[in-house]
Amino acid sequence: MPSDARSGADGRPSASFDFDHIDISDVSRHFGRRKAVARVSLSLRAGDILGLLGPNGAGKSTLLGMLATLVAPTSGAITYGGATAAIGGAPLRGRIGVLAHELHLYPELTARQNLAFFARLHGLSDEELVTRALESAGLGDRGDDQVSSFSRGMRQRLALERALLHRPRLVLLDEPFTGLDDNAVRIVAERITLIAAQGAMVVLATHDLDVADGLITRMAVVRGGRLLSDNVASAGVRQQYRAWVESA
Amino acid sequence: MKFLSVALLVLKKDFAIEMRSYEIFSTTLFFAVACVAIFSFAFVKEGQAEVDAAAGILWIAIAFAGTLALGRTFERERYGETLKALLLAPAPRPAIYLGKLLGIITLLFVMEILLVPMVAFLFNAAFFSRPELLIALLGLGTIGYAAVGTLFAAMLVRARTRDVMLPILLYPITIPVIIAGVRGTSALLTSPVDEAVAMLWIGMLAFFDVVFVTLSLWTFEPLMTE
Repeated sequence: MPSDARSGADGRPSASFDFDHIDISDVSRHFGRRKAVARVSLSLRAGDILGLLGPNGAGKSTLLGMLATLVAPTSGAITYGGATAAIGGAPLRGRIGVLAHELHLYPELTARQNLAFFARLHGLSDEELVTRALESAGLGDRGDDQVSSFSRGMRQRLALERALLHRPRLVLLDEPFTGLDDNAVRIVAERITLIAAQGAMVVLATHDLDVADGLITRMAVVRGGRLLSDNVASAGVRQQYRAWVESA
Repeated sequence: MKFLSVALLVLKKDFAIEMRSYEIFSTTLFFAVACVAIFSFAFVKEGQAEVDAAAGILWIAIAFAGTLALGRTFERERYGETLKALLLAPAPRPAIYLGKLLGIITLLFVMEILLVPMVAFLFNAAFFSRPELLIALLGLGTIGYAAVGTLFAAMLVRARTRDVMLPILLYPITIPVIIAGVRGTSALLTSPVDEAVAMLWIGMLAFFDVVFVTLSLWTFEPLMTE
């Protein structure tokens, strides 16, 4: 795996664009006078599962939006193996998978149609890939049902598979355990561990500290848009989180 | 992925969703038919209508129904924030705009196929004396109107006041298209048909289309990044 962005002849990244580290350098994002993210610096390496923890309104979703290239930083820079989002363009977006709070699914379409649509949008047209994704979501027998008939947990599992269809290098997960029962939480946690072991970088924004404990390899605590800590996660995530938030 | 393949993929997806419910088509058509029917009570007296009224009413119905269709189409993309998913795909973002635009244009064309005979019948309007000119006027006018409308509707997806803002932004900019459509269609209703005037407005509409579609394709990506 290359350590830096591969460039094509025109200086833009080629279709095989890849990266194995991300640097967030002094990044801020303001919405009018409100500072959603203020001077955050972080780095990510392949295999990291970064827990992005913080109270509501801490700036987690804005940070995820910037990592997803959907929100431009007001100042500072995010580089993906040395390339910014502007340079990376479409090939960079092809290496990012996002599971947001809103699930990015069309409720009028079937599960299979949803996955097939997003697979084709990523230039993948393998029917087998869609079938495997349905199996991974535990929806092998519901593939031809409309998503509107699914429970929140089923939609959540389907949305996770949609985000992982194209084997992204950077996986951004915003509250991936919402609406899942204990068994589904375990399956999703195992899936996250597996994709990180395969070389993906996972950023996990969650309030579910019990699930995060033992799953995340690093924890970044944000509050009021500021990064309070960026440490290797050890057992007792809840205690560490409380200590940081209460001392801030 | 190739530009046109992405646009067609988005169009196909929108078509598949619409075929599940016919929700946008039925509400848009109902609105347009109601609009024309109400105007017919006001403008048709003893079976005779004002000479130019039919042209104006046809374009008012298309513009109002078009606004409704634009709002509903992007409401679907807002529901699961699927527009973000489209923007995150490794596809050219202007191709996503083009796919949405093609969907709106197709919907409005189908609506016009049903609407034009209705207006012709109720207002006793000779729309079909030169059908090729009518098709050119409607086709080009619809493309120009939808080009601007699709861009604004996409921009306003995240705005809380989108339902109010869309017509406020859309109508002033598309007024030249509507005027060209009305004047060109009126020229078809004279006897004999004023072909020179109709061709002049068709040329104007073609010019507006080139400007609006080019500008929209060019500005879609920067406008959609927060």
